[in-house]
Amino acid sequence: MARFIARRLIGMVLVLFAISVIVFAIFNVIPNSDPAVRMAGKNADAQLIENVTKEWGFDKSLPEQYATTMKKIFTGDLISYSSQLNVDEKIVEGIPQTFSLCIGAAVIWMFFGILFGYLSAIRAGGWLDRVLTVVSVAGISIPVVWLGVILLNFFCYKLELFPASGYVGLTEDPVQWAYHLILPWLTLAFISVGFYSRVLRSNMLDAMNEDYVRTARAKGLSERRVMSRHVLRNSLIPIVTLFGLDFGATLGGGAILTEAVFSLEGIGQYAYEATANLDLPPIMAITLFGAFFIVFFNAVVDVAYAYLDPRVRLGTSAQ
Amino acid sequence: MSAQPLLSVRDLRVGFTTEAGRLQAVNGVSFELAAGEVLAIVGESGSGKSVTAQTILGLTRSPNATIEGSVSLRGAELLDAGEAELRKVRGAEIAMIFQDPMTSLNPVYRVGAQLVEAIRAHDASVSKDAGRKRAIELLDAVGIADAERRVDDYPHEFSGGMRQRAMIAMGLTLEPDVLIADEPTTALDVTIQAQILRLLEDLNRERNLATILITHDLGVVAEMADRVLVMYAGRVVEAGTLDEIFYDPQHPYTWGLLGSLSRLDRPRPRRLPQISGAPPSLLAPPSGCAFRPRCPHEFGKCSSLPGLEARIEDGPDHADRCWLKPAKKRELREVEGRIGLEAPAA
Repeated sequence: MARFIARRLIGMVLVLFAISVIVFAIFNVIPNSDPAVRMAGKNADAQLIENVTKEWGFDKSLPEQYATTMKKIFTGDLISYSSQLNVDEKIVEGIPQTFSLCIGAAVIWMFFGILFGYLSAIRAGGWLDRVLTVVSVAGISIPVVWLGVILLNFFCYKLELFPASGYVGLTEDPVQWAYHLILPWLTLAFISVGFYSRVLRSNMLDAMNEDYVRTARAKGLSERRVMSRHVLRNSLIPIVTLFGLDFGATLGGGAILTEAVFSLEGIGQYAYEATANLDLPPIMAITLFGAFFIVFFNAVVDVAYAYLDPRVRLGTSAQ
Repeated sequence: MSAQPLLSVRDLRVGFTTEAGRLQAVNGVSFELAAGEVLAIVGESGSGKSVTAQTILGLTRSPNATIEGSVSLRGAELLDAGEAELRKVRGAEIAMIFQDPMTSLNPVYRVGAQLVEAIRAHDASVSKDAGRKRAIELLDAVGIADAERRVDDYPHEFSGGMRQRAMIAMGLTLEPDVLIADEPTTALDVTIQAQILRLLEDLNRERNLATILITHDLGVVAEMADRVLVMYAGRVVEAGTLDEIFYDPQHPYTWGLLGSLSRLDRPRPRRLPQISGAPPSLLAPPSGCAFRPRCPHEFGKCSSLPGLEARIEDGPDHADRCWLKPAKKRELREVEGRIGLEAPAA
């Protein structure tokens, strides 16, 4: 286990390094991306631009600039080019909203994904399966933005059942917190509910033909127990893998569209603004933030996998 | 045979509706099994032997299947029994083990836990600890060394032979009266096959466990069967005692099966004989005797289906489906001094 963790940590550092270099390089080859020109303002003369360039160190070599930027990310001194605000502070500010959105949505999508997939599989071919198939395919096909806008329009403006925007902290008022987040949660979860239930359904239908399921029946287990303990249990292994990867990606910025539609001041929203302004520091920091979660949950998935499937062992040191 | 057989199968028919049409997998199979008896059902792949076995336990679960006939255990009908009643029979009165022990155990649970699950499925009052103790006893009884420790292993930590032993132990958990072994040795290598067969034989003798042994391997049959059913294309084509089937086989298909056994006690033939052709499609079986297209001794009468009847005087329980006269059969089945299926030299 220790060796596994060590190997994963080294891997994580290498991946993050590679990603940061790529993002930095891309930014510097985008046409019209010279930050000094943007920062100096609309009618700046050459002297002002040169001053800004000197002051911010844009005249130094790229490796030097990269090193300074990276150092500042980790010391918390990184300043946005456009707003001049501290990037790390902005990200920390955005974390509660983004995490509330993602964790809540993840609970919803796992619960309904598994429930719908299970019901579809045990009633395969029946009317319930057909209804759930339509719901799932709709979930997979409907764009998040469209769904968000429709929900907003219908529930917030027409029926006035839910607030259209705003965020209330969980510690301030849990009820208001949930009330404000219900629509964003559903919007973000819907696509995954569809996807997960389809994947689970087909996994379960495969598992039902396994010999060990026949064995389970032959020893006189009830149908429910055969389905839950043998079919569902074994079919959940790939679902857990999928979930780990998706959840990491969602936390790391995958909720950007939902945050934009529901005006949540989360990390996704911040990333969106930074990209629109070609603001390198936040882009770098957020990319690393997202990449960290993806890599981290990748490792978590491997551990979970070894736990769920005893045939899988971590690393070479394990027995 | 005693007054009431333990298990009685009467005119069992299992058909499947497929996209290509109706497929009659089992077509009027009847047999009886007495307590403590070993009955072998022999036939090629697709002859309906596994479907017959699974149908006995109600494990033929396809919405496209139609099942007719009767299966009764001590006089109680199983075919129209509900799921709850069948559950009480499964494992507790009739246990079943399957062909491939590699895939028949759930890979994510410990072997012991899977045995305990079988025990507790029928008696929830058994504690986990008591169940575990019983599982250890059973694993020990089927010859797993160091059962105390191996009970907590996962299936992938067991060898193929050990897994089949574990499956047999699972079958024994509730001391059933009947064990259905569906090709129990097919996936194992030869030395392990012999061990597993010896184990099944011991269990049969020591526990008076009636066994239905399903196999395509006549070598396995010779080891332990009391009686043999030979199946072809969903029908029983010959039924008799072990000696009757091996020394006085009446149906040309049985001759073919016997002829294709390799034997160490005879001079080696140039090539191991085989039955030419392939089993018929069950979607469109040939009219009359189903073996007719592959039989070198076919004659005019074969276009109508012969009944399963006793045709020789001294064997009232030895029945077959072949129109040939017994005396003629004795002559035709001699091929180079042994029993075989070959066209007579013109």
